[in-house]
Amino acid sequence: MARMKFLCDADRCIECNACVTACKNEHEVPWGINRRRVVTIADGKPGERSVSMACMHCTDAPCAAVCPVNCFYTTADGVVLHSKDLCIGCGYCFYACPFGAPQYPKVGNFGSRGKMDKCTYCAGGPEADGSKEEYEKYGANRLAEGKLPLCAEMCSTKSLLAGDGEIIAQIYKERVLKRGYGSGAWGWKTAYRETIES
Amino acid sequence: MSSFARFIRPAIGAWALLLLVMAAPVPSPAQQVNPTASSVNERQLLQEMDRIQGRVSIPDQRSGVLMQPAGREWREFRNVALRWIGGVAVLGMLAVLVIFYLTRGMVRLESGRSGRTIVRFNTFERFVHWMTATCFIILAISGLNITFGRPLLLPLIGFDAFSEWSQWAKFAHNYLSFPFTIGVVLIFLMWIGGNIPNKVDLEWIKRGGGLIGHDHPPARRFNAGQKGIYWIVVIGGGLVAATGYVLMFPFYVTGIEGMQMAQIVHSVVAVLFIAAMLAHIYIGTIGMEGAFEAMGSGEVDVNWAREHHSLWLDQELARTGPNDSQPQPRRAASAAE
Repeated sequence: MARMKFLCDADRCIECNACVTACKNEHEVPWGINRRRVVTIADGKPGERSVSMACMHCTDAPCAAVCPVNCFYTTADGVVLHSKDLCIGCGYCFYACPFGAPQYPKVGNFGSRGKMDKCTYCAGGPEADGSKEEYEKYGANRLAEGKLPLCAEMCSTKSLLAGDGEIIAQIYKERVLKRGYGSGAWGWKTAYRETIES
Repeated sequence: MSSFARFIRPAIGAWALLLLVMAAPVPSPAQQVNPTASSVNERQLLQEMDRIQGRVSIPDQRSGVLMQPAGREWREFRNVALRWIGGVAVLGMLAVLVIFYLTRGMVRLESGRSGRTIVRFNTFERFVHWMTATCFIILAISGLNITFGRPLLLPLIGFDAFSEWSQWAKFAHNYLSFPFTIGVVLIFLMWIGGNIPNKVDLEWIKRGGGLIGHDHPPARRFNAGQKGIYWIVVIGGGLVAATGYVLMFPFYVTGIEGMQMAQIVHSVVAVLFIAAMLAHIYIGTIGMEGAFEAMGSGEVDVNWAREHHSLWLDQELARTGPNDSQPQPRRAASAAE
């Protein structure tokens, strides 16, 4: 089985936010929640870079480790998913996540976070693949249809890559070799404890 | 010929110089521009600060934090350190209490019951105590569930049942924090008068507080041990309340690092608090004869007061006299007094 990963080639990202919009639309993510966002570092200064970031589907995921009710699971593809039926909205995964991926809808009562929502790598949740329940809770399950995450699929500059970690790392390495530079695979050291040498 | 050479040499020199000046700023194909030479670098940014932050164009400005690996240390605390601290504190205290009970047994009323009682805590004081105590027990159980439930309870009752219980426990934990906090504030105001440490406490501590041996060192309304409990409740309760609200209202006060710190303080203070309260519950129930009545009916036997709070009893008797309006069934038994 492939080990699915995200890779954002920051030297190509033009901060168009199409990935953010595509994600929100594909999964009908509620107001106030963004499963993916584009962060611009050193905005307006020389050397500025934009990075598109969502859940990185970490190896030995911190969210899964700290969850008090053990609602996370890792699929055979290395995708980190969770069950909204088990989630109690305590916020612990949010304290542990290095990428700020978990989001909580504000439910009416003060102090009570709703069920956590995060990027599913377009792979839905524990419900039957492609079912109505799955779509309502987690959004579309593109992986089950043999498609890759929509954010990466529709990235206009092909900055955001999704797919088998080894293949996207190879694509990135070739790019770096050809153009002669690369600012590295952002977040890989933290998420997968490895870097792509360029 | 030489005059021609003299004429042409500066001309060649001028041309050569011009070519040189023009050639300099044009990059040769070998010297390609490297845009990442000056660009931001992940490793460098993480070394400078423990997180990488930037600008986002979506309304949620907090999502501008791109990366924050500090969560890994917090994870280590929560999954390893806290379980050790909590386990040792709570189980250690239980073990100490069991051993103490088996060796020392219940602290008896040495002079027996007099049958006469004196008011120790009025209705309002008891109401505040039990409101705080009830909240504390529920908060403690639901809090311990967050730390110890997954390894201990989840395997026993399964995912669905454990999740359902934890959901209710979380609601209880959040909502009961309010009456608990009010209780802590009232306890602080209500009993501050009797809980300022003084010389009597030093004497009490020196004589082992009557826990060791069968001594009864003098004490006012609150002895040094009770003053300790009072300050644990006020300071510990204040800390868990303050840090708890930081966690309950994310981003109102601090960001993620602040919430990680708040969780560390909240959980460590809470497990120590629980350990201290176990000792408090012990001495207030099976640990000492006649102690529970103080918070039960609010009236203690005069002999109990004489043994444990002699200075307070003298003060009260001088002021009001014993409570003679109560039925006195055991007066005969203590006729020797």
